[in-house]
Amino acid sequence: MMDLLGYGAFFLTTALMFSLITLGLNLQWGLTGLFNVGLAGFVAIGAYTSALLTTPEDAARLGGFGLPIVIGWLGAMIVGGIAAAITGMATLRLRSDYLAITTFGVAVVVQLVALNAQRLTGGPFGIGFIPRPFGGLAETPLLFNLSNLAVVSAVTLIVYLALEHLSRSPWGRVLRALREDERAAISLGKSARFYRVQAFAVGGAIMALAGALQAHFIGFIAPDNYLPILTFQVWVMLIVGGSGSNKGAIIGSILVWAIWAGSGAATSALVPPEQQARAAALQIAAIGVMLCIILLVRPGGLFGDMPRRPRFGKAAKAVAGESTAK
Amino acid sequence: MNLQFVVDGLLTGSMIGLGAIGVTLTYSILRFSNFAHGDFMAWGTYATLAVVSAIGAMFGKIAPIAPLSFGWPLIVAVIVGMAFTALLALLLDKVLFSRLRTQGQAIIVVMASFGASMALRSLLEFIFTSRPTYFSRAIQIAMPVGWGIRITPDQIALLLVTAVLVLGVHLLMTRTQAGRSMQAFSQNAALARIVGIDVAMIVRMTWIIGGALACVAGVMIGILVQIRPFMGFDMLLPMFAAAILGGIGSIPGAVLGGLIIGLAEAGAVQLIGAEWRAAVSFVILMAVLFVRPFGIFGVRER
Repeated sequence: MMDLLGYGAFFLTTALMFSLITLGLNLQWGLTGLFNVGLAGFVAIGAYTSALLTTPEDAARLGGFGLPIVIGWLGAMIVGGIAAAITGMATLRLRSDYLAITTFGVAVVVQLVALNAQRLTGGPFGIGFIPRPFGGLAETPLLFNLSNLAVVSAVTLIVYLALEHLSRSPWGRVLRALREDERAAISLGKSARFYRVQAFAVGGAIMALAGALQAHFIGFIAPDNYLPILTFQVWVMLIVGGSGSNKGAIIGSILVWAIWAGSGAATSALVPPEQQARAAALQIAAIGVMLCIILLVRPGGLFGDMPRRPRFGKAAKAVAGESTAK
Repeated sequence: MNLQFVVDGLLTGSMIGLGAIGVTLTYSILRFSNFAHGDFMAWGTYATLAVVSAIGAMFGKIAPIAPLSFGWPLIVAVIVGMAFTALLALLLDKVLFSRLRTQGQAIIVVMASFGASMALRSLLEFIFTSRPTYFSRAIQIAMPVGWGIRITPDQIALLLVTAVLVLGVHLLMTRTQAGRSMQAFSQNAALARIVGIDVAMIVRMTWIIGGALACVAGVMIGILVQIRPFMGFDMLLPMFAAAILGGIGSIPGAVLGGLIIGLAEAGAVQLIGAEWRAAVSFVILMAVLFVRPFGIFGVRER
């Protein structure tokens, strides 16, 4: 019973961290229509920044400033936000696919830096001894898990409320107007690029915060935590929950993480050890197919609020009509 | 600085360039960035490998053609593989992309290609495991050609194949009716439709050319490096960068962009180390986006 409760707390903590990333993505994609396929990079930036700021001094690498955890979180948000702003400034005046390609590149480069800049990131061995909130409680796992859950829930709730407020504020209305009808919004004197860079930066900061939170929860980070599969998982969570809805982002994350963790547990119980890697590959393939099916069948997800209107005006319609024009 | 990097760069550049032709065609004609293009590469290579092994099982061991490391089975297999990859691309378009295109949101199609990429790659990993394989384990002796450059017969053959293919695609696009229709459609879809261009045919051509060339590029990687389920995914960023550097929609641009990135990568390996190789395409991509986002041969988007 106690074990179950402890596992439940652990599961929810992990799921809520995903929710936090998904909330950041929802601000970028759901509200503003910015396609970020490199979010793993921004999560990694947050995790590494916070780790560098808060770990005790280490002779093997730079940094290790031993600062309080909260400073680490703030630092993660600032650095993640700046990285996102630079990415946005380079690409947001161009066609929207360029942002996808660039964010994909950001993730690749962050992965490379994490792997190769040993002086900064510990290379493939990662960074250990990241201070954990309530680390003193680690002897009693239940209490430890519950207090972690409380912290992560509180942060998620704050971000959720802030985002709900933001999306209803004039700022959020401008973003939605840009998403729905860019030309109309611009004609009202709103600078599309400026607002988009802001939204992208705030989203990046939230993702970085999620990365920092996760780093402190686990106490250890390594480049392998931030592979493209993370980006993919979070996208599936947002699409299942429904882009445009913060509630959907949270519920979608918990749901997809439950499916993911459940099918992972099932394969490890049912599949012989030497076949586990293959079973894991099949699991990813299944989720990929699921994403495509949801896009085809129910693109709005569970709580969706996305427009079903072409984004690129004439060009999109011309291509769209091709299946009828035979 | 050793000039060997020129040969290495030209080879990497050929692979990137052949792949980037498909990327640039999908982008300019179907109007989306296809994240599954790298996985077409990997699927084509594994299909080719399967045909090579099947031929090996039927005819026993076949001696390679004199100085090369491969014989006629690979040549036959690569043609089968090209057809297979083109069919795979057509099939994926039929079940996924064409349906989403009718909804008219380009970015949803990109997202679907991202999901398809993950599914295709993991499926390869499931079938063939993630362990690398090879077409041949023979080691070729590199011949010195002067200025400290060495080159193997395989490498010469592959450079020639690339040149022939690029020339072929270029002629196809500029000298045939189908190719000219494709260009017309990419420049002004609505107008092309009004003058009665067969859009379904153009879409098919795009996938067939892109898929077949992706397969060749993958097989080149298989011959020169190794075959892994991730081989195409790792090429995605260089291919996108090459297509953007050359100017979206331009086939000579994609090839030239590929060669520039290949040479830059090979130069970077000598100067700053092989571990940073993958960052080169990103740096070039960012530089192009900041300075000349419409690429070398592109026109400014209006």
